[in-house]
Amino acid sequence: MSAPKSLFGKGSEISSNEVMARAEAQAFLERVVKLSKADSISASLDGGYTGNIRFAANRISTAGGVATSELIVKSGYGPKHAIVTTGDFSDAGIERAVRQSEAIAKLAPDDPDSMPLLPPQKYADVTAHFDSTANLTAAERAAAAHTALDAAKTAGDLTAAGFIVAANTYNALATKTGLFAYHSATSVNYQLTVRTNDGTGSGWAGADHPDWKQIDFEAVSDTAVEKARASRKPVAVEPGRYTVILEPQATGDLVQLLAYELDARTADEGRSAFSKQGGGTKIGDKIVDSRVTLFSDPADPQLLGQPWNDEGLPLGREVWIENGVLKQLEYTRFWAQKKNARANGGGLRSVKLAGGDATTAQMISSTPRGILVTRLWYLRQVDPRTVLYTGLTRDGTFLIENGKVTKAVKNLRFNESPLFLLNNAELIGRSERVAGNESGGNTVFPALKVKDFDFTSLSDAV
Amino acid sequence: MTTRRDFLKTGAATGALVLAAPALGRADGLAQRFAPASELPPMDPSTKALLTDALNAATMGGASFADARIGRYRNNFVFTREQQIVDVVDTDTMGVGVRVLLNGTWGFGASRDLTTAGVVAATKEALAIAKANVLPAADRVRLAPTTPTPDGRYVTPHTTDPFAISIEQKADLLIRTNAEAMKANGVKFVNSVMYFVKEEKNYANTDGTFTTQTIIRSWLPFTATAVTSDFSDFQTRSNVIQPAARGYEYLTDAKPVEHARQWGEEAAEKLKAKPVDVGRYDLVLHPSHLWLTIHESVAHPTELDRALGYEANYAGTSFVSPPRDTLGKLKYGPSFMNIQGDREQEGGCSTTGWDDDGVKPETFLIIKNGILNDYQTTREHAPMLDWWYDSQHRPVRSHGCSYSDSWSDVQFLRMPNVSLLPGDKDLGWGDVIGATDRGIAIMGDGSFSIDQQRYNAQFGGQLFYEIKGGKIAGMLKDVAYQIRTPEFWNAMDLIGGKKSYELGASFFDGKGQPGQVNAVSHGSVPARFRNINVINTGRKS
Repeated sequence: MSAPKSLFGKGSEISSNEVMARAEAQAFLERVVKLSKADSISASLDGGYTGNIRFAANRISTAGGVATSELIVKSGYGPKHAIVTTGDFSDAGIERAVRQSEAIAKLAPDDPDSMPLLPPQKYADVTAHFDSTANLTAAERAAAAHTALDAAKTAGDLTAAGFIVAANTYNALATKTGLFAYHSATSVNYQLTVRTNDGTGSGWAGADHPDWKQIDFEAVSDTAVEKARASRKPVAVEPGRYTVILEPQATGDLVQLLAYELDARTADEGRSAFSKQGGGTKIGDKIVDSRVTLFSDPADPQLLGQPWNDEGLPLGREVWIENGVLKQLEYTRFWAQKKNARANGGGLRSVKLAGGDATTAQMISSTPRGILVTRLWYLRQVDPRTVLYTGLTRDGTFLIENGKVTKAVKNLRFNESPLFLLNNAELIGRSERVAGNESGGNTVFPALKVKDFDFTSLSDAV
Repeated sequence: MTTRRDFLKTGAATGALVLAAPALGRADGLAQRFAPASELPPMDPSTKALLTDALNAATMGGASFADARIGRYRNNFVFTREQQIVDVVDTDTMGVGVRVLLNGTWGFGASRDLTTAGVVAATKEALAIAKANVLPAADRVRLAPTTPTPDGRYVTPHTTDPFAISIEQKADLLIRTNAEAMKANGVKFVNSVMYFVKEEKNYANTDGTFTTQTIIRSWLPFTATAVTSDFSDFQTRSNVIQPAARGYEYLTDAKPVEHARQWGEEAAEKLKAKPVDVGRYDLVLHPSHLWLTIHESVAHPTELDRALGYEANYAGTSFVSPPRDTLGKLKYGPSFMNIQGDREQEGGCSTTGWDDDGVKPETFLIIKNGILNDYQTTREHAPMLDWWYDSQHRPVRSHGCSYSDSWSDVQFLRMPNVSLLPGDKDLGWGDVIGATDRGIAIMGDGSFSIDQQRYNAQFGGQLFYEIKGGKIAGMLKDVAYQIRTPEFWNAMDLIGGKKSYELGASFFDGKGQPGQVNAVSHGSVPARFRNINVINTGRKS
């Protein structure tokens, strides 16, 4: 890949030493690999500078800057292996980590699933580093926070709480077989909650992008303020099955969890939602609505993920569900070899649900009675056999009657599966990058209109 | 919330059950905690010098208060499945985190560069950030007073340092445990892990406190999976051994090899269990389960920062708010409900000598005779309740609830051990079941979810048993109960006594932005809750 113009953040006292450029990382890791006395070694680096600012109760609460890097050494003797990490990059520190990983690996029992190191690989060119983010100052982060703080204070009836975090990071990997991989990336995540001072309304909005310049702080404020005001004095509705319009964040909150379930081995072993009764897996079966396509692709301009996994395996476009059919499951190198499949594992933290062309306005106007959901909260798996999750709506839940949003409703608990949801899709919107993931990662999801979404109880939480 | 993100998929939740109940444990805990300081090693002089450099740089830069933490944080993992190793991982990270208060505004800087230049650069970063964020006068931070500790030393009471035990020995115990579990008919898969934490923490602040502490925690996550031969169903049994702030001896004392076959059989029995009929039941909840319900519905809502809106953007706010309407007024539960906050129970994951504000934690009653009596506090937040402490003729002091999960994250309010204290009658698990005519007994923690103000929650579990006429009448499956917190605790009508008190715990209580995890224990006794809404989670479409 082409080297970014500048890797060195200029905005802080401690950022400049902590982000290694490609050549520097390669030289460092080659030095580590040369120390190895084991059959195999892979050494990786993970580090960077992260600056953040938090605000709550209409004031800045805490803010910080952290510079750190970690060296991860994995040594192997045949089927024995062990991993040791250290932040001590002195000659002695590096040597200690290598020797310790060798000593532990020798003592470890065999891992019959272990795989030989990969030879050198070619990777997709993904530019995820932006100088606008890397060079950010504390004053710029504070000014951004003030877009929300000032709006809330000026309004007089609102209280803002939010978090802005911007990072300039790098990852690199080298092995005894001569493989080298490097990826640098910046990231910005902004999330904002605006609550009304009467305690009855709460609105959320967020933005996420590697490029600071792409974050529209004013727009995030406007959305959160609007949702807070509109969500005041919610009324109760009877729990039950509803037609629901999920904004992209809400879709992502639930559908992203499918990524944890796509493991091929557990499906082959009969302990996954994708195991088939009678034996085998559901690969090739139609599992959801035929308009649904779910894929991962580090080079997708909306995703911009790392184009290799922790073993250095190249990650490209992998389609998991295409037109509603389960196309493939995720294979580790070991399981792929065992099942005569292609290894394709490790890229599911960047995942995208292909969009349609419906607008949220069309979804609302075509709904006689339904519920509009801003986002979901505290999702936890209830039944792995169906990928059933529970969780609640939060920060902007509205009733739709006769094609119009008519009032705020109280939050609701659901028990629902992304598989049921994607089977019940009626309209699909444009996909966008979402910011509020409980599980992290780069994720792109559309708004969805679905029928028969299962709400099981009411919540008094605002 | 307890977080999902930070751990391997196999050990996604936290442990429970079967262990003999440690008693409230003050006596022996106190003996070790307050061993003469001279018997514990003092702070390393070069570490002390670096901490002093940071504090001097902060003071020179105009800070009215500063603290610095130099910590080494180590984890050791051994991952196994069935009869093989999956991985062995040792993580080790060291660095400095400096927090300054400049014009009443916080700034924080952290670096792994442990030289004088490195700690000074981290301090300058903290000062620069505080300057960039300067607060209006009315918003400035004021800290509750505390008594300085010039030479504090603490080590988690333990017999065997888990980091001194060989990988072979750890792996052997796990592989033998797995083998026993797989003897159960229908159990096809077992995942087990040993997970150890060692935090070597050095703290100094401009009030004159210097503390050096070593915290050790141990855990053995385990999951047995039973699968029907035709792939029509699978069931798991996990969360069998609770995490604890104890040494390696804790895991061997738990006798995993001896218990594993039973755990496997319980997974297999779930395949044949009767699906629950939805409806209202009296629930009898075991401490291995109830700890998590306490965590979510009592411990989180009584964090003062949360109640005051400081976590509104992520973890949420609280229904136990505003404090002027709740302290001394809110009837949380029946008069025999007493909830204690502490950081001194032996084995408690939150137990420590001093918190990350340099405060010696105190034991306090959050709920007293069923009424809200206090919140969890730090030096920053305690002054916001000065009116309450004045009315109670108590000094305005932090309860010592400040914690950071590493040198690289800023400390903030994290919960202490929050526990349901035993009742007067010395009833046990069997006694509470025996007194119940129709209900469901639940052991072990399962799925859990609660809203951002802690009203509406849903909990699953590990094992569910139908109670008929005071006796266990068979196993149930697909059980979850839904509650509204105030009604739930007021529906508690019977609790166990001292002999049935046990600790449950999580290594991964998530809070804050950027997210941090806190390890915390919750003690409880078995308790009965009347007429609770039970749903069946075994949906097909």
